[in-house]
Amino acid sequence: MTTKIFIPRDSSAIGLGANLVADALTRVTQSNKADVQIVRNGSRGLIWMEPLVEVETEAGRQGYANVNSNDVDSLFKTMFAGGGDQHEKSVGLVQEIPYLKNQERLCFARNGITDPTSIEDYLGNDGFKGLKAALSLDGKSIVEIVTQSGLRGRGGAAFPTGIKWNTVLNCPADQKYIVCNADEGDSGTFSDRMTIEGDPFVLIEGMTIAALAVGAAKGYVYLRSEYPHAEEVFTEALVIARAHGYLGDNVCGSKRSFDIELRRAAGAYICGEETSLLESLEGKRGLVRPKPPLPAISGLFGQPTVVNNVITFSSVPFILANGASAYKDYGVGRSMGTLPIQLAGNIKCGGLVEKAFGVTLNELLYDFGGGSASGKPIRTVQIGGPLGAYIPEKDFDLKFDYETFAAAGAMIGHGGVVVFDQTVNMASMARFAMEFCAIESCGKCTPCRIGSTRGMETIDKIIAGEDRSGNTDLIHSLCDTMLHGSLCALGGMIPFPVLSAMKHFPEDFCLKPDANKAVA
Amino acid sequence: MVSTDHEAVVSAALEKYSSTEGALLPILHEIQDALGYIPPDTIDVIGKGINRSRAEVHGVVSFYHHFRTHKPGRHIIQVCRSEACQAVGALGVIEKLKRTLGIDFHESTSDGQITLEPIYCLGHCACAPALMVNGEPRAKMTPDLVDSLVNELRTKSHDD
Repeated sequence: MTTKIFIPRDSSAIGLGANLVADALTRVTQSNKADVQIVRNGSRGLIWMEPLVEVETEAGRQGYANVNSNDVDSLFKTMFAGGGDQHEKSVGLVQEIPYLKNQERLCFARNGITDPTSIEDYLGNDGFKGLKAALSLDGKSIVEIVTQSGLRGRGGAAFPTGIKWNTVLNCPADQKYIVCNADEGDSGTFSDRMTIEGDPFVLIEGMTIAALAVGAAKGYVYLRSEYPHAEEVFTEALVIARAHGYLGDNVCGSKRSFDIELRRAAGAYICGEETSLLESLEGKRGLVRPKPPLPAISGLFGQPTVVNNVITFSSVPFILANGASAYKDYGVGRSMGTLPIQLAGNIKCGGLVEKAFGVTLNELLYDFGGGSASGKPIRTVQIGGPLGAYIPEKDFDLKFDYETFAAAGAMIGHGGVVVFDQTVNMASMARFAMEFCAIESCGKCTPCRIGSTRGMETIDKIIAGEDRSGNTDLIHSLCDTMLHGSLCALGGMIPFPVLSAMKHFPEDFCLKPDANKAVA
Repeated sequence: MVSTDHEAVVSAALEKYSSTEGALLPILHEIQDALGYIPPDTIDVIGKGINRSRAEVHGVVSFYHHFRTHKPGRHIIQVCRSEACQAVGALGVIEKLKRTLGIDFHESTSDGQITLEPIYCLGHCACAPALMVNGEPRAKMTPDLVDSLVNELRTKSHDD
C-alpha cells in the first residue's frame, strides 16, 4: 500500500527548509524503492513546528516537527519500522495537538489537510457545498443569508459584509466587479497568505458566491508582490477551477458567467486601502480616493464593486453550506463567527489560531502561544498591524470583540498579534510607526504626507532629550491633526501606536508618567 | 533611443496585455520580471503603447516600491524591517547584512553581485526575522546565518 507523506508547500515552511526536506525524502524513498507518495500540503498553521512532516497511518496522521534534511534518513527508518512515535521529532497524532484541537476552524478547516491544488481533495472535504447551495438561490436570498450570519469585513474595518453586498446588488449596472483585497501588508498577519497558499479554492468559491449574489461577472484578486508562492498556487488553482467548470462562461452549468483575474500588486502598503487598491487595479498611482462615492456604488472603473478581504470571502462558503445561524452561533455580542488570529513576533508557539470571538489575549499569548520566544516576560503586544495600538500587560484580559477593543482604544484589524518582550524600546517603535507612515503615505493629504515626517523628527528630539515637555505637547497636537484631518486610515490611525507607546511606556521616552495626556 | 533588448521585451509586454483593462501594472511587472528593472529609456515607449503620457507612466513607476529604475545585482536580498521581525532581532540581521556587504539599502555591492532592499512584511511573522533571496524565503534569520547566506551567494556567483 502506498504511504502518504505530507510536507507543506507553505512559504513559511519553505523558509524553514521544507523544500530541502522534500528533496531529501524523495531521494531516500527512491533509493529504497519505497511505495511512498509525497503530498505538498498547506500548513496547519503550527508555524513553530514547521517543517511539520506528517505520515498517514491508520490512527491518523503522525507528525514530526522541525524536521531538517539531516533527519530524513532516521525518519525514513522509523516510519517503515512501524514505530512512528519513537522518533525524537515525533509530536504524535497531529489532530491531537492541543494547539490545533482547541481551535474552531471554519475558514481554515482544510488548511494543512489537503493538497491545495487538488480539486478532488477540496470536494472531498466539503468544498463547493456553499456554491452549490448558492446556485439554487437568487441574489437577494444569498445576501440575506450573509447578512443574517453577522459576518463583518475581516480586512480590518469590520463593516457588515451583507450590507455592502446589498448595496452592490441594488445598484443597477451592466458591469459589476468582485475585488478581493489580498494586499495583506500588516506586519504580524499571514492568514491571507496561508489561505491562498493552502486552500485557494475556498477563496475562489467565496468570490463566486459573491458574484452570484450581486450579479457580477468579473473578479480580481489583488495579491501582494511579496507573496510569490501564493501567486504560484493561485495561478494553478484558477486554471484547475476553469478546467472543472467552476469559473468561466457557465459556472457549474448554471449559464451564469464569472471569472477571476489575478493581479500582482507592487509593494505599496497603502494599496491595502480599498480605494487606493482600485486606483492601482486601474493602472494608476495608488492614491486614496475621497469617499463618497462608496466603491459599492462607484468602484472599479466607476462600476458597483464588492471589495472584501481574503478571509471575508473565505468565510462565506461555510455560511452558505451550513446556514447563517451555524456561523452566528460562534462569537460574542456583535462580533459573530470566528477569526483566524495570527500569533507573531516574539512568541514561543507562533502560528495561526482560528477561534470564535470572545477569546482573551491572555489565552492566546500563554495557553496557545506559550509565552515569549526569548523566555523573557512579554511587555506589550501590537494588534491590528502597524496602525494598531500597543497594548500593555495590564490589558491582556481584553476579549477579542470589535466593540471591546474599540472601547479600549485598540483595534482587532486583520487579527495579527505581534508580541514584544522586555527588551523592546517603545520610543524606537513609536518612531518606526511615523517612519513607516512617511515611507508608505500616498501623499494625497497633508496631515499624513507631512505629519509623518514631522512626527519622526519630533520623536527624535524627545529621544535626544531636547525640550521633552514641549515636544511631547507637539506630538499630541500633531497626532490630533493626523487623526482628524487625514483622508484614510493610514494617517488617521498611525497616532494610535505612537500615543499608546507614550501613554503606557513613558519611561522609554524619559518622560514622567504625569507629563502625558490620555490617548486622544 | 531604446536599446534593442529592451525594445523586444517592452513590445512583447505591450502585446500581451493589449486587451487588458488597467494594464500598466501587469506590463511593468512583465518588463521587470524579464530585465530586473524598468529601464528609464522604456518609459516613453510604454506610454505610447497604452496611450498614456510619459509623466503618467513615470508617476506609476516611481509610486510603487517594487519597481526599480536601476539594474539590480544578480542576487537580490529583500529583508523585512517590520514590527514582527524587529521583535525578534531583525535590526541585528539588517545591520549585519549592511556591514558584510558594505552597502546600504537600495545599493548593490561594487562587483554588481548582490543588491539589498528593505521590505515591509513577507508574511513570515511567526518565524521571524525573515528575508527573501531571489524570491525564495529564509526564516528565523540570525546575524550568524547572514555570513553563510552571503558566502553561499558569492560562491554561486563565482561558480557561474
